Amino acid sequence: MGALTRKAAIVGVGESDLGYTPDKTFLQLIAQATNRALDDAGLQKNDIDGLFSAGWLTMESIMIAEYLGIQPTYSDNTLSGGSAFEFHMEHAMAAISAGLCETALICYAETPLSDRKRGMARSFATGAPQEPEEQFEIPYGQWVPIPTYALAAQRHMYQYGTTSTQLAEIAVAARKWASLNPSATMRDPLTIDDVLASPMMSTPLRLRDCCLVSDGGGAVIVTTAERSKNLRKKPVWILGCGESHTHRSISGMPDLTVTPAKLSGERAFRMAGLAPSDIGLLELYDSFTITVLLQLEDLGFCPKGEGGRFVEGQRLAPGGQQPANTSGGGLSYLHTGMFGIFLLIEAARQLRGECGDRQVQPVKTALCNGIGGNLASSGTVILGVD
Amino acid sequence: MTADYKKPLPYIHSETKAYWEGAKAHELLIRKCRTCNRHHFYPRDLCPSCFSSDVEWIKASGRGHIYSFTVCHRPAPSFEKDVPYNIALVELEEGVRMMSTIVECSNDDLKIGMAVEVVYDDVTPEITLPKFRPVSPPARERS
Ligand SMILES: [Zn+2]
Repeated sequence: MGALTRKAAIVGVGESDLGYTPDKTFLQLIAQATNRALDDAGLQKNDIDGLFSAGWLTMESIMIAEYLGIQPTYSDNTLSGGSAFEFHMEHAMAAISAGLCETALICYAETPLSDRKRGMARSFATGAPQEPEEQFEIPYGQWVPIPTYALAAQRHMYQYGTTSTQLAEIAVAARKWASLNPSATMRDPLTIDDVLASPMMSTPLRLRDCCLVSDGGGAVIVTTAERSKNLRKKPVWILGCGESHTHRSISGMPDLTVTPAKLSGERAFRMAGLAPSDIGLLELYDSFTITVLLQLEDLGFCPKGEGGRFVEGQRLAPGGQQPANTSGGGLSYLHTGMFGIFLLIEAARQLRGECGDRQVQPVKTALCNGIGGNLASSGTVILGVD
Repeated sequence: MTADYKKPLPYIHSETKAYWEGAKAHELLIRKCRTCNRHHFYPRDLCPSCFSSDVEWIKASGRGHIYSFTVCHRPAPSFEKDVPYNIALVELEEGVRMMSTIVECSNDDLKIGMAVEVVYDDVTPEITLPKFRPVSPPARERS
């Protein structure tokens, strides 16, 4: 077991208004989420001395601190895509353990749905001209993210016989969880046939293999083991963390069927002194159905190549053997661009037993895994309660 | 060759100039490390395997196979008229992988593992994009 296990805990979580928030900027949403997370913890804004955030604007964390009226003495703006907040958890745990900060705020918001409608959409399609992808991929009509994940799905199907029906199982299970979550965007029933009949986006991925586009933000408060014992909610211990990135451009991915979750997962399990069979609940990044399947394999929940068969029979759904993505995930709850913070919020609430109709019983351990970029980065966080 | 080519074009700099000049001359140049003998793509001044600066340009055979592909039904900006179009990751005989497009082949006939060879698309007077076609084009359906 690693020296950092149980040295820090999640003590507060909160989301902003979610879904479609055309009257609010990302800063308003961050403040709202932070306020709710502080209230959840029973802490004050001035208790925060460490700030961890990720966003696409220049010096965004500096901007966020000004807006919130805080002057952190430890600050981390790591931007690894959707996995950023799992990276932040590891960084916050390390900083807190080293005594460099005591109470960390991890926060983020984006408004891509509203931005699209008001003509302010950030384009993924144009990077800086000197970036390798701009020179060697974009001239061929590549764009991020659907075709790049489709390339991985196609390769997995070729190598292991994975089918579109198996991928659809993941989308259907997510929808069943979403139907139990009053905050979810898409709650109507969805069948495998509905997924297979949805419009083709980039072969083999169809519309219902792809996540939603939503506005929203979240905040997570992490503090020392000592301080966590006297707060409003029971501490959700950080048992293990791991992070890795293996490439940036999809043509640079060493093996299209293996994500860096293999590396980040091994590290997190080692730190926690746990194995996949010890994990009660999974919160996996579901930007696409294939993303979930690859993580199940890479994190060791099934052998490489067996992901398709593993998810059959609604194994991930309510009542299934391996409950996963209990909020409804990026596929049916919401997806703001970097979903990783919502994985942590949902896991903390499940571990505290606050999830109502969708509560998994009994659950003592949860694994959150964020994936960012073109299957490029992965952050694993294993959480537990006493 | 069209003067009104509106799609994105590469920004050429010291590290990639030889590659794009090669393409213009209808040669596929890739980098090979003289220290560890490994090829790499995209071209870099330092070998990404052993970090040697002793990297040479070699002329690739231009043959390889499709490692993966996707048919895009939603376009990248300025590719709207091409939908559905394919992008592919081609693994060259030298062992490196590059993104490209498969031409002279219907999207329905694309297969992972298909043997392909380079062809050159002179998209502007300055820029040529290496693309690939099946080595033995699949028999066309008789109409
Ligand atoms: Zn070398």
